[in-house]
Amino acid sequence: MNKHVSPRLNRRSFIIGTAALGGGLALGLDLPFGGPQVVRAADGSPEVNAWVVIRPDDTVVIRIARSEMGQGSLTGLAQLVAEELACDWSKVTTEYPTPGQNVARKRVWGDFSTGGSRGIRSSQDYVRKGGAAARMMLIQAAADQWKVPVAECTAANSVITHKASGRTTTYGKVAEAAAKLTPPADVKLKDPKDWTLIGKGVKRLDTADKVTGAMIYGADIKLPGMLNAAIKDCPVTGGKLKSYDEAKIAGMKGVKKVVAVDGTAVAVVADTWWHAKTALDALPIVWDEGENAKVSSASIAKWLAEGLESGPAFVGNENGDAKAALASAAKKVEATYNYPYQNHATMEPMNATALYTPERCEVWCGTQNGEAAFAAVLEASGLPADKCEVHKLILGGGFGRRGQTDYVRQAVQIAKAMPGTPVKLLWSREEDMTHGRYHPITQCKLTGGFDADNNLTALHMRISGQSILFSLRPDALVNGKDPATFQGLAPSGEATIGYSVPNLLIEHSMRNPHINPGFWRGVNVNQNAIYLECFMDELANAVGQDPLEFRRRLMSKNPKHLAVLDAVAEKIGWGSPAPEGVYRGLAQLHGYGSYVAGAAEISVIDGTKIKIHRIVASTDPGYVVNPAQVERQIAGSFVYGLSALFYGGCTVKDGRIEQTNFDTYNSMRIAEMPKVEAIMIPSGGFWGGVGEPTIGVAAPAVLNAYFAATGKRIRSVPLRDQNITFA
Amino acid sequence: MANLTINGKVYDLDVEPDTPLLWAIRENAGLTGTKYGCGIAQCGACTVHLDGAAVRSCGVTVSEAAGKQITTIEGLGSESGLHKVQQAWLENDVPQCGYCQSGMIMAVAALLKDNPKPSDQDINDAITNICRCGTFAQVREAIHAAANA
Repeated sequence: MNKHVSPRLNRRSFIIGTAALGGGLALGLDLPFGGPQVVRAADGSPEVNAWVVIRPDDTVVIRIARSEMGQGSLTGLAQLVAEELACDWSKVTTEYPTPGQNVARKRVWGDFSTGGSRGIRSSQDYVRKGGAAARMMLIQAAADQWKVPVAECTAANSVITHKASGRTTTYGKVAEAAAKLTPPADVKLKDPKDWTLIGKGVKRLDTADKVTGAMIYGADIKLPGMLNAAIKDCPVTGGKLKSYDEAKIAGMKGVKKVVAVDGTAVAVVADTWWHAKTALDALPIVWDEGENAKVSSASIAKWLAEGLESGPAFVGNENGDAKAALASAAKKVEATYNYPYQNHATMEPMNATALYTPERCEVWCGTQNGEAAFAAVLEASGLPADKCEVHKLILGGGFGRRGQTDYVRQAVQIAKAMPGTPVKLLWSREEDMTHGRYHPITQCKLTGGFDADNNLTALHMRISGQSILFSLRPDALVNGKDPATFQGLAPSGEATIGYSVPNLLIEHSMRNPHINPGFWRGVNVNQNAIYLECFMDELANAVGQDPLEFRRRLMSKNPKHLAVLDAVAEKIGWGSPAPEGVYRGLAQLHGYGSYVAGAAEISVIDGTKIKIHRIVASTDPGYVVNPAQVERQIAGSFVYGLSALFYGGCTVKDGRIEQTNFDTYNSMRIAEMPKVEAIMIPSGGFWGGVGEPTIGVAAPAVLNAYFAATGKRIRSVPLRDQNITFA
Repeated sequence: MANLTINGKVYDLDVEPDTPLLWAIRENAGLTGTKYGCGIAQCGACTVHLDGAAVRSCGVTVSEAAGKQITTIEGLGSESGLHKVQQAWLENDVPQCGYCQSGMIMAVAALLKDNPKPSDQDINDAITNICRCGTFAQVREAIHAAANA
């Protein structure tokens, strides 16, 4: 039994007779649960519906549409289905449907995209219904066999019981009959108070192969006759490939072909990747770097700084008249912050393997968005949907990077130059570091105003800098404005500001340098929470108030924001003295639908070495599906966020990113890992995300503690630029 | 050509002597449990054992490894089952994405061989592998669990 998604299962893929399936049901309109004709997995086992296959030995195969990249939602989604299915959890295994099958079956599995901490919250309703509908059909099938009323039968742990007659059967025995039934029209979900599996910290389903080396990531794929490719894209984004001298590497061992890609990149294809990379390093390449080669971090910073002071700006949140209130304020506080580019630096560099013939194109890769990867294959191959396929593999890290499909498109184009030969494209770490989709760069000027009684009467935040949506999803701009820029600062929605200020203005001067931005774990809450939460500390300090009490007074209209803040304050011991030499900082945030807060205890040596003793982090995500995984996501978000705060920051020189590997873009090690105490206070009634929100409070909680320890306010990331590091 | 002894088996590989051991293991011997992360011995994803000591295989050449006993994640356990570190990893549900964990496990197995009951400070000093998911709390727990197994 494979209790994980392994490529064996994935590639064995499963649909026979899909074409025979009459009219797949559109998601959201009807329950997407199959039809009268039995759809079968490749091993012949029947699909009870699209989400559930049951084998005669009672193995339950749960289909997972979203991608697993370490965040654990594969296991969480299986729990959601299994809760309603009432199956034996020990017999659950999982399987990815393919993007091609999703298209062929009219998106029966819905959205494959796995980002924005949406994996569970955006699919929880229909996957639970999938489990519930399957359970109803299995019970119906048993009742039909026994010729008893279905209402007299119950199911638990994959066993169906007719209590009156004492008869029992198992899911595996009735799955075939159940699969022939018409799906129920009305599916009721359990009341959350009756959940037995949701809310339990069961172990992940994908661990076994990850401790033996057997798990196959995209970089590990082997196909018969496969060749390997290494690639160099123009170091300056926007530049072009001018020429290369192929003759210079013609005799090098293993080299098969040199391929120009997109007019901006060149790839060497060889028998092994090491040969490909060695030859690529020896290949003379001339780039036309273009105008962007003049851009530097200094020129970007100057341009952004201008945006803080003047020019048009989009308004993201406004009430009262902040400018007038500031003009008449008894006391004003002003500060300017900035946040740099960050690389995702997934442990597994970008890669994809493609096999192209004029009749068919298949790709094997890790992707956070199988359907976007599929669309990229169609576009790059020029073939229609029924001639393309993407085989998703477990990701060696995503963090938002693998939602993009640049590496997929490249792989297909290289394979297209060698029809019939599978080619695996693997980026070197250097290529990965210098061709990221970087956390966007911004600056922020904040001005706060108090009345004569030290009440905060006005707050003006002016953000200047890059929009992700402008580059990646221009369709999502609203009259040119990027609403995501105001994540954590918005008046309504899933990422709202937690403070009520009588006169408020939050605006964005959009300035888009040529460096490609991307969705980087936490996205815009990373900088917005630093800007707002560090500045709240500055304001509290300016009027001699306690940072917690100062915040609390402004949060009475936001009880959920306040509850998570209070929770961390209580647990860290705010209000009672910290140990000698230890100082505390706080931050709170609403993002991805979840309310989160963080508190840090640190000590500082010589002003330059920070020892983080303790982190307390709280979250109210509405519901917690797997507390063990939520705890890991919270701790992991602090590792990612604090790595960025201390060691991160990508700089630009001559139009290119300067950091090329982990020696210049470092990441936290175990010695630097603080104790992270997670508090989960799910209040119910909504579904928030988990993977990202808490990253937002990591940096400001530590920066506020640093101020408490030293009296010095840090307004610029990363700390290494100020010679501050981990103790 | 090179002869490499990997997990007790002799491989006769068509590989240049200056090739990093990592790539000989992955591409020539076909053992993909050992991962490429950085190529400059920074991240530790490619950690294997050379005569029992943990090394970052991207920084060792084939010629340097020839004649030595190379152990990869695939050869860490025995026929009777998982190595105690792997078992502890399984029981503590350590991996997230898992990509760094082969190297992490190999580094820890070597540590425990030299230091069967490492303190937290010993762990801090010896385990310097990068994990971007941030599994360090579980890694530490599992090291202590393996040490006490």
